Amino acid sequence: MGLIDRKLPDNVLTTTVDSVINYCRKGSIWPVTFGLACCAIEMMACGAAKYDLDRMGIIFRATPRQSDLMLVAGTVTRKMAPVVRKVYLQMPEPKWVIAIGSCATSGGIYNTYSTVQGVDEVIPVDFYVPGCPPRPEAFFDAITALQKKIMTEKVVRK
Amino acid sequence: MINNNISEVITVNMGPQHPSTHGVLRLVVDIDGETIVNVEPDVGFLHRGTEKLAENRTYHQVIPLTDRLDYLSPLSNNLAYCLAVEKFFDVNIPERAEYLRVILAEMARIASHLVWVATHALDIGAMTVFLYAFREREEILDMFEVGTGQRMTSSWIRIGGVRADMPEDFFVRLKSFVERFDANVDTYENLLTNNRIWKMRTIGIGHLSADDTQAYGTSGPLMRGSGVDFDLRRDEPYGIYDRFKWEIPVQQEGDTYARYKVRMKELRESNKILQQALEQIPATGEVMTDDPRVALPKHEDVYERMEALIRRFYIVSKGFKAPKGETYQGIEAPKGELGFYLVSEGEERPYRMKIRAPSYVNLGALNKMAKGHMLADLVAIVGTNDVVLGEIDR
Repeated sequence: MGLIDRKLPDNVLTTTVDSVINYCRKGSIWPVTFGLACCAIEMMACGAAKYDLDRMGIIFRATPRQSDLMLVAGTVTRKMAPVVRKVYLQMPEPKWVIAIGSCATSGGIYNTYSTVQGVDEVIPVDFYVPGCPPRPEAFFDAITALQKKIMTEKVVRK
Repeated sequence: MINNNISEVITVNMGPQHPSTHGVLRLVVDIDGETIVNVEPDVGFLHRGTEKLAENRTYHQVIPLTDRLDYLSPLSNNLAYCLAVEKFFDVNIPERAEYLRVILAEMARIASHLVWVATHALDIGAMTVFLYAFREREEILDMFEVGTGQRMTSSWIRIGGVRADMPEDFFVRLKSFVERFDANVDTYENLLTNNRIWKMRTIGIGHLSADDTQAYGTSGPLMRGSGVDFDLRRDEPYGIYDRFKWEIPVQQEGDTYARYKVRMKELRESNKILQQALEQIPATGEVMTDDPRVALPKHEDVYERMEALIRRFYIVSKGFKAPKGETYQGIEAPKGELGFYLVSEGEERPYRMKIRAPSYVNLGALNKMAKGHMLADLVAIVGTNDVVLGEIDR
């Protein structure tokens, strides 16, 4: 702001479009409810009173069309993988993905004929949260990491 | 001219990505207008191959897999599996371990029913109950964490007892929880039982007669809500359940509201069992059997005796052998009869493990319950079924 500070009328601040839009985006991340297995219960616990995702502006949406974050919480099986991908493709840009738990990260203990060894085989993943299931604190760590990442993104291209 | 009498059946798809299917259940629903003609559940979206996996694991290594079947009450699954394996050997469980098992299993039942009432109410539109029920559930999970180090999947019940004794803090917290819990159930009931919207959405919905429940083989609250007085804890006692006094809640109506009442009553009865267990539990004692066939030798022995060292190494690296034969053990899990059927060929790992999952059998009655109702009621009917896809698909 430095030099042009005194040349503008009162109450006018200067900033970049990027930081304003990113600031708004990071404060209203709307994830699509996509509980697959055990981790979804911890995801629900995060949304309940004790941990309270609402204070971070996170409101679960039931449809991918209104969401910008996908929380893959649980085991992705071969039967489920096409559905995961379809839901991901239905989300509008910009979109991010957090893989929650060992199963979504790498298949976890389920190295079997029916399990996809990590959801990153079907969709791109931004953050991985370890644990089986991860504690809500780990979950929040991923959310804050995502917020930091959102702040570095460029909204206006070219 | 439009003929209003023409009825046309259309097929709609509900799930697997749907907020009220409690996981990844897919329902293929045939509807005539808004009326349900036929519902066909499509399962398998969470098939992880647990039964196959168990064939390549030693008996101890299967325990973590059982945690993740019905992930709302992992300790009930541990208990059922361990009881089944113990049947091979006829192991004597130490007194204190028996009480700890009952305490953990009943806590798991309360935690499971709390999630049920929370999500069931949330589906129908009552959000407040969700926040209150999860408050108490968090308290239970905190106690699990104090005692076992894990919030949900603790694998704490082992073959021959429990993993280790609980710290003093666990009992202090549990005592305080047990004292307050009845008042908490009153809170949920205040919000729901006489709530007009709740009653309209649940009374007369998803009716199942006593004959139907038996024909479909359903168990648990689904059965007791239809007037069948049956509970494995009383009728086929396992562990030390014969030492406690509690009532088995039964409702005659057989609808969603009746099953809600049964589960609310069960919360109170489980609390009663917890109370008695806390009074009766011996102050000290072993929590793991000293039966050398299944238990690891103690550390003190391992440091001093060669045989104990070898035995410990053998059990940890290779597992213990179960005698040839087969066992079945069913327990009253929160959702109904959870059974483990094990076939042993005399090796360190089960030849076959079949899980009788209560949710899977209960889901079979879904079509019967939903026929003739509105599409919006299907949400209530799936909720009252209390399905957990982890154990349906396995």
